[in-house]
Amino acid sequence: MVTEFGLRLAISLTQIGAVMCIVVLTVLILTLAERKVLGWMQDRMGPMEVGPYGILQPFADAIKLFFKEDIVPAGANKLIFTMAPILCLIPTFIGFAVIPWGPNWTFEVNGIIVKPFVISDINIGILYILAFASLAAYGIILGGWASNSKYSLLGGLRSAAQVISYELNVGLAIVGVLILAGSLSLVKITDGQTGWFWNWYIFALPAPQLFAFVVYVISVVAETNRVPFDLPEAESELVAGFFTEYSGLRFAFFFLAEYANMVLVSCVASALFLGGWNAPYPGTLMDLVGLSSWSWIESTMWFAIKTYSLLFLFFWLRATLPRLRYDQLMRFGWKVMLPIALANIVVTAIAVFIAQQIK
Amino acid sequence: MSHLFFGYFASMIIATSILVVALKNPVYSALSLLVMFFHVAGLFVTLHAEFLAAVQIIVYAGAILVLYLFVVMILNVKQDDRYHNQWRAAGFVCAPLLIEAMVLLSGGAKARMTGTQAVPGPSAESLAPDNTLAIGQTLFSTYLFPFEVASLVLLVAMIGAIVLAKREIGEPDNPNPMLRTKAAE
Repeated sequence: MVTEFGLRLAISLTQIGAVMCIVVLTVLILTLAERKVLGWMQDRMGPMEVGPYGILQPFADAIKLFFKEDIVPAGANKLIFTMAPILCLIPTFIGFAVIPWGPNWTFEVNGIIVKPFVISDINIGILYILAFASLAAYGIILGGWASNSKYSLLGGLRSAAQVISYELNVGLAIVGVLILAGSLSLVKITDGQTGWFWNWYIFALPAPQLFAFVVYVISVVAETNRVPFDLPEAESELVAGFFTEYSGLRFAFFFLAEYANMVLVSCVASALFLGGWNAPYPGTLMDLVGLSSWSWIESTMWFAIKTYSLLFLFFWLRATLPRLRYDQLMRFGWKVMLPIALANIVVTAIAVFIAQQIK
Repeated sequence: MSHLFFGYFASMIIATSILVVALKNPVYSALSLLVMFFHVAGLFVTLHAEFLAAVQIIVYAGAILVLYLFVVMILNVKQDDRYHNQWRAAGFVCAPLLIEAMVLLSGGAKARMTGTQAVPGPSAESLAPDNTLAIGQTLFSTYLFPFEVASLVLLVAMIGAIVLAKREIGEPDNPNPMLRTKAAE
């Protein structure tokens, strides 16, 4: 009994460690990739000094942030000021627990069933991610309040309003997929999209979720406070928004949380709409060659390609679009995104019902 | 094991609930409320009602409490002493409640002696593999009418809030620039 529990714990901890490593590594790559991509789009070189072609820049940044002086402003609420970056970081990392990275394989170790490519396949997977994503707003709003600075407070309040408004659209955009899949588990949702790429829920009959996908992507850009919806940290009006007063490692935590959140929402988007780890063709090439036991590499690579394409979209948007005004942001969220998402639910529900009747 | 978790969640709920009303800083009160919502969600998980747990966090912690915090921060109430030091009123309310709780607990103890469990463990039907499905089916068959009534009440409340908050566009003493641009359109 005890050894079984210990083994289970060891396996889970290994999986968690592996996923954490991948996510942090991805964030490191992203910080460099963002500056490089923005540079190329603006006809610049991007960082070139550290290491060959600037590829060691993320490490230099991390070391710099690590050794910076940690300043707590006078009059700040010390407890909450310290807590806010952690509150921002934890919900983001927790979400990765239910992301299926590869095929839904199971194998047994001493009578314990292990799913190697998902830490925990819980039956409310997507709701679990939404629940913790909704908590990320606390870190931002409390960080803004605890800094005892008007810029931070305004940034925090803006962020709270923005995150609540757009979270609703994220939730509603997902509902269409849930109707098609008939499950809340990300593993089951991904399994429902095997075969050719027209089985992915973005194209799948009877109700292609194209509009839902667009609403989802726009809303998550707003939820992660990225350009063109980065009003909480609008530098021309609010210095740096809610993390104006933060420095050193605490600032790094906010930074890490923002990028990890981008990775998370991209993973969810590729699992829900783009077929997750499924290749655009049935099966895998490795199966055809006869190397079935290695096909997981191909699957996880497809997942990575989809996720990185979405992350590239984030950079692309940042290089292309100017920031919205606050009232434009709110009007767009409530008067454009929300009706589209609601209409998508109605249309999907009717289409699925008719399809079931015909069958 | 499940009793251990129940004990932890229940005692944390009690402790944080007391903190919500006892702490003097309203932001700390809101944070204790957040911790309490989490532990209520934990109780749902021990009952194998994961759907309710997730919804509990999304609705209460993710939406409603953020709005509370919003209001607390905009009003910037550092400390409000009006509602503290009202021990007499608290005593009047708490004494009957305490007596009632004692009576109920002694009744529960008696029931345990006669064989029925005072704290019901997770029953067999709540262990159904997909409680989301079970909730959906119950809600849209047995409880369809109450569900519709509730949605109607919420709709009325929403319209009411809009009517109360809305100002006429043509009103002359309107300092809100957002509404002014709307009038210009």
